[in-house]
Parts: sequence; C-alpha cells; structure tokens
Amino acid sequence: MSHPLTTTPGRPPGRPHDGPLLTVSGVTKSFAGVHALRGVDFTLEPGSVHALVGENGAGKSTFIKVLTGVHAADAGEVRFLGDPVAFSRPADAQDAGISTIYQEINLVPLLTVAQNIYLGREPRRFGLVDTRALNRQAAELVQRLGIEVDVRAELGSLGLGVQQMVALARAVSIDARVVIMDEPTSSLEVREVETLFGVARTLAASGVGLVFVSHRLDELWALCDTVTVLRDGRAVHTGPMADLERVKLVALMLGREVSDVRAEGTTDFGASHAQGDAPLLSVSGVDVPNRLRGVGLTARPGEVVGLGGLLGSGRSETLKAIYGDLTTTAADVEVGGTKVKAGSVSRSLRAGIALLSEDRKAEGIVPDMSVRDNIALAVLPKMARGGMVSDARIDALVDTFMRRLQIKASSPRQKVRELSGGNQQKVLIARWLATEPRVFLLDEPTRGIDVGAKREVQGLIDELADQGLAVVLVSSEMDELVEGSDRVVVLHDGAVSGELDGDRLTSAELLRVLAGGIPDEHPTGPPPGPGTGANAVGTHPTTPGGDHRG
Amino acid sequence: MAEHTATAAGTAPAPPPAAPPGEAATTSRRRPDGEWFRRNGVYLGLVALVLVNLAITPNFASTGSLRLQMVQVAPIIVVSLGMAMVIGTGGIDLSVGAVMAMTAAVIPLYIGYGTLGAIAVGLIAGVLSGALAGSVVARIGVQPIIATLAIMVGLRGLANIVGGQIKSIRDPGFRELGSGDLFGVPWVVLVAIVVAVLVWVLMSRTTFGRQLMAIGGNARASQLAGLPVKRVLTTVYVLSGLLAALAGVLLVGRNQASDPATLGRLVELTAITAVVVGGTPLTGGQVRVLGTVAGALLMQLITYTLVAQDITNSVAQMVQAVIVVLAVYAQVGTRKRRRSRA
Repeated sequence: MSHPLTTTPGRPPGRPHDGPLLTVSGVTKSFAGVHALRGVDFTLEPGSVHALVGENGAGKSTFIKVLTGVHAADAGEVRFLGDPVAFSRPADAQDAGISTIYQEINLVPLLTVAQNIYLGREPRRFGLVDTRALNRQAAELVQRLGIEVDVRAELGSLGLGVQQMVALARAVSIDARVVIMDEPTSSLEVREVETLFGVARTLAASGVGLVFVSHRLDELWALCDTVTVLRDGRAVHTGPMADLERVKLVALMLGREVSDVRAEGTTDFGASHAQGDAPLLSVSGVDVPNRLRGVGLTARPGEVVGLGGLLGSGRSETLKAIYGDLTTTAADVEVGGTKVKAGSVSRSLRAGIALLSEDRKAEGIVPDMSVRDNIALAVLPKMARGGMVSDARIDALVDTFMRRLQIKASSPRQKVRELSGGNQQKVLIARWLATEPRVFLLDEPTRGIDVGAKREVQGLIDELADQGLAVVLVSSEMDELVEGSDRVVVLHDGAVSGELDGDRLTSAELLRVLAGGIPDEHPTGPPPGPGTGANAVGTHPTTPGGDHRG
Repeated sequence: MAEHTATAAGTAPAPPPAAPPGEAATTSRRRPDGEWFRRNGVYLGLVALVLVNLAITPNFASTGSLRLQMVQVAPIIVVSLGMAMVIGTGGIDLSVGAVMAMTAAVIPLYIGYGTLGAIAVGLIAGVLSGALAGSVVARIGVQPIIATLAIMVGLRGLANIVGGQIKSIRDPGFRELGSGDLFGVPWVVLVAIVVAVLVWVLMSRTTFGRQLMAIGGNARASQLAGLPVKRVLTTVYVLSGLLAALAGVLLVGRNQASDPATLGRLVELTAITAVVVGGTPLTGGQVRVLGTVAGALLMQLITYTLVAQDITNSVAQMVQAVIVVLAVYAQVGTRKRRRSRA
C-alpha cells in the first residue's frame, strides 16, 4: 500500500509509533453496583484485526464505550499510542484517532456519499463548500479502499452494505489509527461482507488497528488474526484466531465444557424431522415485477425448508409474497390443498400462515406496548367478545407462551423495548404461535440475538417442526441454514436456481450453489494475506428501492 | 442495558435500589423521571392551581363559579378526547374547529325537524367530514396534518356559505341543553362526562382501542400482524369528527346562537394543547383519557386564574404557551433519554 489512506489535509497520515496502539489494563466498570467489566486487559497491535466476542451482557458494549469515551472506567488504565488517555466524550476519541462504526449506520441518508464522508469537514473555497474538491477527494478515497460507488449518489438510495462501507470510509478519512467495528455485518449479505472485509484488510495493511465485534462466528476466522473472549465482564481468553477451534470458542463464550458443546453441535438443531407426504404449503409461479420470477417451493408438515440466496436474490420477498404482504402479478399459494387468495395479510393469517419478519424493530415489536399486548396483538379479536377484550383470556395465553418460550421479562406488563433482542424475538415468535399457524415463515430468526437465545430459538424451530408445522427458514448464516433445514431451496436473481437435500446439503455444496460457479472460498478458511484486499468484490450500488435484502 | 442503569446512577446518586443485579428492566418505575412527570405532571398542576385559587381567588369554590368553569370547559373536553384518539395513532386533526362551525351552520337550517333532528344532522355533518379525513389519510396515505388542514380551511368556508350570518336559535330543546341541568349538574357537563367514560372504555377495554394504540406504536408491525389498519384509522377520524360536531352542538346550546364564522375558531389548538399537556405523546401509541380531561381543565383553570387576578386574556395565552412548551419538553426529554439508553 503505497498510498496513505488518510486524506485530511495538513495532517500526516498518523504519527509514527512503535508498540501497541491500544493497551488496556485492569479496566473495571460497574453500574449501580452491577459489574459490567471486571479488570479487563486488552492489547491492540498496529495492522491487527482483533475480534472481540462474547454473549450479550458479557461486557462488549461497555468495553467499547470505555474505549471511545462514552463511559469513564472506574479503575484501570487505557493507553493510546503509549500515552494514558481518558476521553470524556466520543468526539474526543475520534479526534485522537479512534473511530467507531456501528451496526446501525449513523449517516445522513439524504446527503450524497461524498457529503457524508466529509460531513463537518468539507473542503472550502471562498467560504463555501467546494463541491468539486469534495467529490474528487471522496472519489479518490473510495477508490483506494476498493469500494465501487458513485460518490455523488444519495446515500439512502444505496444498499446497506455500501452504506456501511461509506461509514468505514468516513472513519478512515478522519485519520483513524484505531477503528472499532461494532457488528458492522449484521445487516449485510455474504458478498457485501466480503467487500467490507477487503476494505478492512486494506486498512489493517496500512497499519490501522481494528477491533471487530460480530455475532457471526464464521466471519471471525475470515477476518481476524487475534481474538479476545469476554464473559461476565472478564477477558477469559486472548490468543491467535487461527489457533482457536470453533467449538472451543463457543465453549468459552458460554462458559461450558468443550465436550458438552461438541455433543450438541454449535447450533441447537437436532436431526431431521418426521415428515408427512403431502405438502402442507405449496407455492408456485410467484411473480413480482423486478423482484421474483416464477418462484415456487413446497413444504411438508414437519419439514424445515431453508431458503438460501445472496443479496437481492429475493428470499425476503418470497416470504412476503407468500404471506400476502407484497403485491404479486401472479402467485399460487396453497395451504393444505386450499388456495389462499394473494395480496392480503389477514387472509393469509386466517389460512394459517405466519411470518416472522427480518426487521424486528421496524416490522415486529410495538416498542412502547407491554410484552403481554405484543404477544396478543395478532389475536385480539379472538380474545374479545363483542369487541370487549377479555383480560383473563389474554393473561392465560400470555402466561402459557412466556413459560413455553422462557421469555425473560420482569412481568408481562414490562414494555417490550426494555427486553434484550433475544427476548424480543421470543415475544414475536409467541405472537405468531398464538395465531396457531400451520405454516411458519421465518426470516432471519436468530439475527442479532445472543448465542444463548440463538440456541433456544433454533431448538424451538425444531420443536415446531416436530409438532407438524411446515417451516420455511431464511438465514444468512450458513450453519443455521444447513443444520436447521431438511432441504434448502436456493434463489438467484429472483428465481429458484437449485435445491439441496440429503447428503448434498453441506456448507461447501451450498456455498458452491450460492457462488454460482465462482470458485468456492470457504469462510472458515485462514485469513487471506493483506494484499488480497484490493481484489475484493465490488459492491454495486443498487437502484433506489432495490435495496431490500434477499 | 448497562447504560440504562448508568443513567439511573447518574441522576440519582442514592444507593442502588434492591433490584436483582443485571435486571435494569425495572428502572423506569424506580424514580420520578421525565416519563413520570409527563404522565402525572398535569394532575400535579391541576391540584396546585386549585389550591392557589382556593387561597387567593374570592368565591372560587362557590357553586356558581364552579358551574361556569365546568360549562365552559365541557365542549373543549369533548373535542380533546377525539383529538387524543387521533394523536394516539400518530396523527393529528386540525379540522375539528371547522367541523364545529359546520355543525353550527346546519343546525338552524334543520331546526324545523325538532331539536333531535337538528342535532342528528349536525352530528352527521361531523361524521361525513371525519370519514373524508380518515379516507384520505388511511387509503390515499396523505399526511394527517395536510389532509385535515385542507378540510379545516375548506369546511370553514363551506360553513360560512351554508350558515351565513349569525343566527339566534330560539328552540326550547337547545335552551335546555345549554342552560338546563339534571340534579344540579348541567347537561353540557353530563354529556362531557359520558363521552369521557365511553372513550375511556373504548381505549382500555376494547379490541379497537388496543389496535389503535398498536397502530400508533408501530403501524407497519400492526399491518403485518393482520390488524385492520385502514379501518381503524378511518374510524378514528370519524370519531373525532363526531365528537367535534357534538362539541358544536353543545356550544350552540350554550350560546343560543349559531355563528359559523367564529364558532370553534382555534379550538383545534386548544384541543391539541389539552392532549399534550395531559401526557399523550405526539408520536402516538398511547391515549391518556383522564390526562386529556385534566389537561383541558388545567388550561381552563389557568385562564380563569389569571383573568380573576385582572390579568388580560392575552397574558393568559402566553402563559398557556409556556405550559405547552414545558409539556412537550417533558416528552422530548423522555424520548432522548430513552434513545441514549438503546
């Protein structure tokens, strides 16, 4: 990398510094008597990509917030470039050279890519923003990073993956020595993740240190060279990433014995399910202009059918079309041999179809309503007589599901927004189970929830299938799709491109079908050298409105 | 979660409450914070103002004075309750004042059909206006503020054309409604009480109320959960139109006259104020019925207190403005803190 990656005028591309970028020793932090961090040690070397993993509540967020000046540590020391630092607010950390990229993109959708990258630091001419210089600098920057994007495009019109990379470019342009990436990939697709990793590697090769947080375990081996595992506020393990076995990592995160985990596998799915013969759900010829072309699939009672595909392949659209939430030009959906009229959610619900949507916040929870009211939401008319709701009936229903799904809330009256992601997801699953579905469409059911809740949800999917439901599962996680499904239907560009079952249902095979001829690159393989970043697959800006995830 | 607790530690340096460690869940109920103030501030204000008046305003507790206050505030309460339901869906209804004027305009025209007949026609006018607003909002997807702004302007004009000049109404039925009473309670006040009870039942006990609040809390999620979003939205605006028309009827009875040009002018703003001061968040998702009633009473009492102290109505309006800003500040403050916890 001969180019300096930083473009702030007048600032050298980082002071020369030997030794670690960050040295954290004995950091402790507690809130109202509850220990969030207990003596954490952590070292970040230049050019390193350091994974920070742990279950929700392990202290990852608190740790990052201590590094970036959101919280002050109660005890312990943070050294940045050798000097002790105590940032009092995130802007100070950023000025010093510690940038953070969050899962939810903190950029302005209505501004262009270039404007976002230099927001607040625009090049000026005669006191006005020099748009040409702005666009030129931005174009140079994204090109060096290997991001294919028109810097004059409005950010909101681009796919989430590109937006995430723009956030990264912004971090880089601020002359960052340390970039903290807090679950940057949780809303990205496989291909986008690869590009993001390419950019990250380019950065690392230039001497920047990266801290990487992800719930997707595969990604850790693909990107990181070092790993620190947090559990209950303690750093329980630090070492080279490649030396750490996957089961061992899960064991460290959960605090269980390796033998236990091995026996159970890393996902919580059991063997395949008893299946009926006749399909319970039968879908064919689903057409949605510009999205789906003649998609069809079947699911028998007790069968979990996986739906695989890359960004824009139409997985979520397929589920939404089946559920009647998407206007179709043609669609034939049958449940138990009875045709369901398309384009009406309430008719689909009555026919016994339920959809757990991917976006828990926007399409799932009603945040300010109680756990109880959220669970009862879809069945309110059933819980009422003459329009008057029966609280006794609702309470009985809610009580049943809270126990069955082990929803952890202080009471059924607690507001849903106060629950953890995993428990919110369980509330939503309860909402749909209350409708007594025969067909359950699950769109990324374990996205963004901690490992423990993930296993519970996976176990629940098995249980539901065993009870005779037909389940259609969309997951971006290879393991989940392969281990959780009895059969996987693969979508490509809005049409079915293949199907895997039996012995052919393996990660390697699935990857080959997904890649569609591109030589397979196993995600759990060793991290490629720093030079490969330049070869990263470019992500093309999608057309406005076309940024729905597959 | 952790930061949530941190906020608690930051604002209340008292020893940590005996909540189980790690369960930050119960924090919101621990301390009187912005949320608590938003919910209950209106009652505090009301009690304080009553006490102040008992101390400084002569004859405040007299029957005549109380009766006058209640009769004046009753129509406001009725309109505000409709407004509260609309705001509960995340919308707003600027047309209520114009609906009142329209009702007032049609009553003299149909007074020949008897008191009840004229009232029925007036209420139908409100329902039709509400149905129009609701359809435009729910089915075409026009923003509520725009849809009802158009109706506010247009309907006021139509009311002037239909009703024309101020007309006095010499109908014994309307006179009884405006100035009569039942066991000493004015009819106007009785109507407001009944409406408040009905709206409370509707919001807290019925499927419709739960669905309304769910839609206000997350419309997209409600739609995916199979809720009849369009029907509920349309119905809410119809109810708001109906209640506005009812308030118009009450005012015509009280004034013994119909003046479409001035009746109900700026009532929409008074109603929004009562709702917001009463603790219903403008973002939707909740409807605070008792709070709205208290909010209307509070605003009425502020005006009364100042006027009783020989302070002009103009100053009273400025004081009301301050109250509104405080109420909205309490809401915004709560939301900000909530966001910082996330």
